[in-house]
Amino acid sequence: MNDRKTLTFALMDPPYESARTTTAFRLLHAAIAQGHDVNVFAYEGAVALPFARQAPHANATHGRSAEEERHPVPREWVDALAAMAREKGTAFDWVNCGLCVDERGVGEAVACARRGSPADFWKMAEASHNTLVIGTR
Amino acid sequence: MANYLFFESRDVFESNDVQRLCELAIQLRRAGHGVALFLVQNGTLSARAGVAASRLHQAIAAGVHVLADEFALAERGIGTERLAGGVEVAPLGEAVGLLAAGWKAAWH
Repeated sequence: MNDRKTLTFALMDPPYESARTTTAFRLLHAAIAQGHDVNVFAYEGAVALPFARQAPHANATHGRSAEEERHPVPREWVDALAAMAREKGTAFDWVNCGLCVDERGVGEAVACARRGSPADFWKMAEASHNTLVIGTR
Repeated sequence: MANYLFFESRDVFESNDVQRLCELAIQLRRAGHGVALFLVQNGTLSARAGVAASRLHQAIAAGVHVLADEFALAERGIGTERLAGGVEVAPLGEAVGLLAAGWKAAWH
């Protein structure tokens, strides 16, 4: 394992829109798996990723119930990353841009996500060994 | 000298900027910097042998370390036998390792 470092990631894509979200979550997972402390700053549409009211749904076209469909909800991925970090003993800090949250009405977030501002992103980046911004196109 | 890590997520036939990013990688490498180009998502389509992604081949020839995300390759049904020479198949965790090592990173 690498020496423990602090890595910050900025995400901007809303859920269910882009493969970038999948790749971003895979990067977060790999970073925690390697024992690094991870910060996430969610900006614009990405603040909906930990929205607590996301609900899995059935698939009537294929005749599958919600349980059979196992529709993924990103809030569970966020929670799973936080749980993984707790198990590994590393830090995991998810900050949602508050203005972006208010614009979109997604204030109810899973417990591991907190409200902040772009100033938090600056502080995170300043305190990190490295920062990756995954912007929308 | 610095080290640079570029993530390329776009298909070369979708965006001409892919070629521009390769040019940047080549110039940085020729200036003596360490450069890694990590192909993810549709960026891995450029890694196939026979694709006319000339700048990618030039980047490899120039010494840019070109890696392709094994997950993205599998998603797209691209077997390792179909990759251009010089492209290394890698898990995304290798990119995290470079981030942790302080490589300056940019996403495209």
